[in-house]
Amino acid sequence: MSFVTESTARWIALVATLADLCVALPLWWLFDPQTSQMQFTEHVAWITSPPIYYSLGLDGISLPLVLMTVGIMPLCVLASWNAVTTRVQGFMAMVLVMETTMVGVFVALDFVLFYVFWEAMLIPMYLLIGVWGGANRLYAAIKFFLYTLAGSMLLLVAILVLYYYGGHTFDILALSQGTYPASLQTWIFLAFFAAFAVKVPMFPFHTWLPDAHVEAPTAGSVILASILLKMGAYGFLRFSLPMLPDASRMFTPVMVVLSIIAIIYGAYMALAQVDLKKLIAYSSVSHMGFVTLGLFVLNQQGIEGAVLQMVNHGITTGGLFLCVGIIYERTHSRLIADNVGLASPMPQYATLLVIFALSSLGLPGTNSFVGEFLVLVGTFSWSKIATAVASLGIILAATYLLWMVQRVVFGVPTPHHLPKLRDLNPRELATLVPLVLLIFWIGLYPNPLMSRMHQSVTNTIASMSREKVAPTAHPSAGVITPLLVDSEEPLEIQGGSR
Amino acid sequence: MTYALIPLLPFAAFLILGIFGHWIKDKAHLVAVPAVVVSWLLALMVFFDVAGGHQTSFPLYTWLTSGLLDIHIGFSIDRLTAVMLLLVTTVSSLVHIYTIGYMHGDSGYARFFSYIALFTFSMLMLVMADNLLQLFIFWEAVGLCSYLLIGHWYDRPAACSAATKAFIVNRVGDFGFMLGLLLVWYSFGSLDYSEMFVLAHESAGEVINVLGPFGGTWDISVLTLICVLLFTGAVGKSAQVPLHVWLPDAMEGPTPISALIHAATMVTAGVFMVARLAPLYNLSSTAMTLVAITGGVTMVVGATIALTQTDIKRVVAYSTVSQLGYMIMACGLGAYAAGMYHLLTHGAFKALLFLGCGSVIIALHHEQDMRRMGGLKHKLPITYWTFVVGSLALAGFPLTSGFFSKDHLLVSAWSAGPLGQVLTALGLVTALMTAFYSFRLVFVTFWGPSHVDPHHADHVHEPSNTMTLPLIVLAIFSILTGYLGIPEFLDPMFETGAGEAAHGGEASTGIMALATGMGLLGIAGAYYVYVLKPALPDRLARQWQSLYRASLNKWYVDEVYDRTIVRPTFAGATGLWKRVDVNVIDGAVNGVARAIAWGGWLLRLTQSGQAQHYALGMALGAMVLFTLYFFL
Repeated sequence: MSFVTESTARWIALVATLADLCVALPLWWLFDPQTSQMQFTEHVAWITSPPIYYSLGLDGISLPLVLMTVGIMPLCVLASWNAVTTRVQGFMAMVLVMETTMVGVFVALDFVLFYVFWEAMLIPMYLLIGVWGGANRLYAAIKFFLYTLAGSMLLLVAILVLYYYGGHTFDILALSQGTYPASLQTWIFLAFFAAFAVKVPMFPFHTWLPDAHVEAPTAGSVILASILLKMGAYGFLRFSLPMLPDASRMFTPVMVVLSIIAIIYGAYMALAQVDLKKLIAYSSVSHMGFVTLGLFVLNQQGIEGAVLQMVNHGITTGGLFLCVGIIYERTHSRLIADNVGLASPMPQYATLLVIFALSSLGLPGTNSFVGEFLVLVGTFSWSKIATAVASLGIILAATYLLWMVQRVVFGVPTPHHLPKLRDLNPRELATLVPLVLLIFWIGLYPNPLMSRMHQSVTNTIASMSREKVAPTAHPSAGVITPLLVDSEEPLEIQGGSR
Repeated sequence: MTYALIPLLPFAAFLILGIFGHWIKDKAHLVAVPAVVVSWLLALMVFFDVAGGHQTSFPLYTWLTSGLLDIHIGFSIDRLTAVMLLLVTTVSSLVHIYTIGYMHGDSGYARFFSYIALFTFSMLMLVMADNLLQLFIFWEAVGLCSYLLIGHWYDRPAACSAATKAFIVNRVGDFGFMLGLLLVWYSFGSLDYSEMFVLAHESAGEVINVLGPFGGTWDISVLTLICVLLFTGAVGKSAQVPLHVWLPDAMEGPTPISALIHAATMVTAGVFMVARLAPLYNLSSTAMTLVAITGGVTMVVGATIALTQTDIKRVVAYSTVSQLGYMIMACGLGAYAAGMYHLLTHGAFKALLFLGCGSVIIALHHEQDMRRMGGLKHKLPITYWTFVVGSLALAGFPLTSGFFSKDHLLVSAWSAGPLGQVLTALGLVTALMTAFYSFRLVFVTFWGPSHVDPHHADHVHEPSNTMTLPLIVLAIFSILTGYLGIPEFLDPMFETGAGEAAHGGEASTGIMALATGMGLLGIAGAYYVYVLKPALPDRLARQWQSLYRASLNKWYVDEVYDRTIVRPTFAGATGLWKRVDVNVIDGAVNGVARAIAWGGWLLRLTQSGQAQHYALGMALGAMVLFTLYFFL
C-alpha cells in the first residue's frame, strides 16, 4: 500500500469516478427514446458451457439508474475526503469496486453475470461497514451480509431453474420472453422475492437497514441508500414482472399491502427516532414502499413513477445522508438533541438541509412529488382505498421531516458546539449543490427524463401479456388482464435464441 | 408573453435574492420592489384587456407525460383570474414597500424579500393555472412560502412551532385535495379545467360505492366525492373549521406576511379554488351544502373567539378566519360573485388592518398585547385614521367597501333557499360581533388612557414613509373597491348567479338595512363598553366566566387536538418502535441467528475428536438402518 499515499488514493478515486461520470453522461443524449430495445450493447462469450456471456446493455429503465449511480459516486469520494482517516487506500478501493458492481447490476443482460455483480457487491459493502464503521460496526456488517446473502442463495436457485425451463440460456432478454407454468412461476417468484425484498428492503425484512446505516461511514450510507436499495426494486422490475407475469399478478395484492405497510410503518417509525441516521433510514423504508407500490400496480404511471422514485430517493436521501455526515464531522454526534439551531451558525448548510427535507416530504416543485404523484395515479386505478392509505404516508412524512427540521435547523445552538459549527466549505458545497440542482430540475421539468422511460416501461407491461407488440403500441393504462390459472402446460417452452 | 412576465418577474427577483442575497443584504428591496411593481403594472394591463372582452389560455411547456397522463404548465386568463392578479400584485407591491421600513435592520432582510417574491410568483401561478395539477403545485408552493415566512425568526421557538403546525395542518387538507385530484383524473381523464367542466356534465349521474372494499354499500355521486375531497384542501388553506387552528398561530411571523399571505391572498386561495371550480360544485348540491355549512360555522366560531383575544394580531387573525367563513359560505350557496367580491374588499381592508397593527407594534417596540396600549391616536395619527377606515370597512359601515360587499353577500345568501336564510341570520349576528370586536380593537388600542410601557411611551412615533404610504393607499382602496362594480364584472363567470334576481326586492332592502344596523349597533356597543363604561368588560367576563374562558381559549380546539391526535401519535410511534420493530421483528431476526448458532453448538458436541464416539455413532447408525431395512 505504500506505493500509493493517502492523498494520491483520494485523487485516484476522484478522477476515476469523475471519468466514469464523463463517459456515462453522453449516454443521456445518445440514448434513443423511441425504442424499447437494449442500446449500447456489448456481447462477449465468457464461458462456453454452460453458455454464459459478458453481455451488457441499457434501456430506458436502466439508463436513469446508471446515470444516478455514476453521479453519486464522485460525491461519495468527496464526502469521504477528510472523514476517512484510516486505511484510506483500502477505503477508496472498496468504493471503486462498489461502483463497478453496482453499475454492473444495472447493465448486465446475462443472468449469471448479473448474479456475480449482485453478490460481489456484498464484500466491499461488508468491509465498508465493518472496517470504517461506527462503534457497533461488526454486528451491523454481519447482519447486513448474512441477511442479504440468505436472500441471494434462493436467487441463485431460481436462476438455475429458469435456465433449465427457459431453453438452456442465461440471456435475460430471452428468459423474459419465455412462458413458464403458473406453479413454477409462483416458486420462482418467492425465490426472487427473498432476494429482492430484503434488498429493497420491504416490510418486514427491513431491520438490517437502520443498523447498517447508523454504523456505516457517510459514503457507505449514501451508497447503501442511494444505490444499493434500488437493486431490489430493479430486480422486481427486470426479472419478476417480465419473466413471471402470472405470479406477479397473483402476488400483487400481497405486494401492495406490504408496500403500504412499509410506507406507513416506516414513516411512523421515523417519527420516534432521535438519531438522524436512523430517522433517514426509516424514511427510506417508507419511500421505498412507494417504489414497490408503483411497480406492483402494474400499469404505466405506477411503474414509471416507481423508476423515477428510485432515482429521486437516490438523490434526496443521498443528500440527507451527506448532510448528516457533514454535521457529524463537526459535532461527532448524530443525535438530533446534539445538533440544534444550525440555521444561524451554518446558513448555507441549513438551507440545503431544508431543501433535501422538503424534497423528501414530496413538496411539489421538487423531484419526489413527481414520483409520488405518478405512483399514486397508478395506484388509484388499482384501488382507491390503497391510494388513500398510502397518501397518509405523505402527511406523516411532512410531520417527521419538519419536526426534524424544527429541532435541527431552527432554535438556538448549544453553546459548547458553537465554535465547531463552521459553515460549508467548497468541497462540501460541491457534494450537495449538484443534488439540489437535480431536485429542482426533475421537479420542475421531469418530462425529458420520463420520455426516456416510456418505451421501455411500455414494453415491460406489454411483455407481461406475452404478446409481441410493436414498440409504438400504447397499452391503455391500468388495464390488468385476468389471471392465467392454467398450470398444466408442458414444461419445455420456447426460449429465446440468439 | 406579457402574461408570462407577470409571475416570472417576481421569480427572477427571488432567484437573484436567493443566490446573491448574501452580498445584496440591505439593498434587497432594490431588486424585489421594482419586479413586483412592474408585475402590478402588467396585471393592470391584463385587467383592462380582459375587461375589454379578451380571454385567453395557452400552454407554456409540457410538464409530464406518462401513458395517457399529459400535464402541462399553462395560463388561463379570464375575469376571475384578472381580478385575482390585480389583488395579488397590488397587495404584494404595497407589502413589499411596507417591508422596507418594517424589516429594516433585520438580519434576514434579503431572505425575507426573496421569500415574499417567491410567494408572489407562486400565488400568481396559482391563480393563472389552467389545470388542477398546476393549481395544486403552487397551492403547496404558497404553503411552503408561508411556512418559511412564519418561521422567519427561527430563534423563537413559538415561531418555529407555528410554522411546522401550519405546514402539517395544511398537509392534512392537501391529503384530501390530492385524492380529489386523482379522482378527477380517474373519472375524467383530464386535469384541464375546460375539459373537466365539459366531462363533469356528462358524468353527473355516476356513483361510486365508497364502502365497496369493506363489503358495504354507500353510493356517493362521483362529483360529490370530488368536490368534497377538493374542498378539504380549501378547508386547510382557507383556515375553515376544523382546520383553522394554524392561522392564528401563523401570526408569529413578521406582520407584513400576515397582511400579504395570511389575510389578503394565500388564505383566500381556497375561496378562489371553489369559485374556479364552480361548474363542478354547481353539479353537486350535497357538496355545496357542506361548503356553505362549513363556511357558516367558521364565520361564527372565528368571530366569537375574536371577541376576547388580547393580542392585536390575533384579534385580526380570528377576524380573518371569520371573514373567510363568509366567503366560503357564499360560494357554498352559489353566490360565487358575492364571495369573490368580499374576498377582494377584504383583501384591501384586512391587509390595511394588519399593516396598521404592524405600525403599532413597531412603534411600541414589538409589543402586541393591547392591554399595554391605549391612547395612541394622537401619537400615531396616520396609523390611527387608516386603521379606523379599515375597521369601518370590516364592520360594514355605510359607504365603505365592506358595507357593499357584505350586504351583497348576505342578500345573495338570503335568496338561496332555506339554508341560505338560516346562514344569513347567522351572518347578521356575526356582523354584529364583527363590528363590536373591530371597534373594541380601535378603542382599546388608540383611545383611553395610555398603558404603554413607560420606557417607550415618550418616543412613540409614526413610522417611516415607506410604511405609512401603503397604509394610505390601502385605506383609499378600502373605500374605493366598493364602487368598481366588481360583482357585475364577475357575474358572467358564474352561470347560476344566485341572488341576482332578488336584488332590489323588499327582502334585500330589509337585509341591507339589518346588516347596516348590526354594524352600527356593534360599533355603538363597543363604544359603550370600552369608552363609556371601561369597568364593564371585566364585570361581564366574571359574570359569564365559562363562556369568556371558552372564547379566550379558542374553544379548546388546540387542546383537544393535542390530547387526541398529537400526543397519542408520538407516544404510539415510540412505543411501536421499541416494542414491535426492535423487539418483535428484529428480535425474530436475531433469534434466527441465535438459533443457528445454538444449533451449531449442539452439532459441535458430536465432533468430540475421540474415535470411540465416532465408532459408537457408526454402530448406532448401522443398527438403525438395519432395523429399518428388515422390519419395515
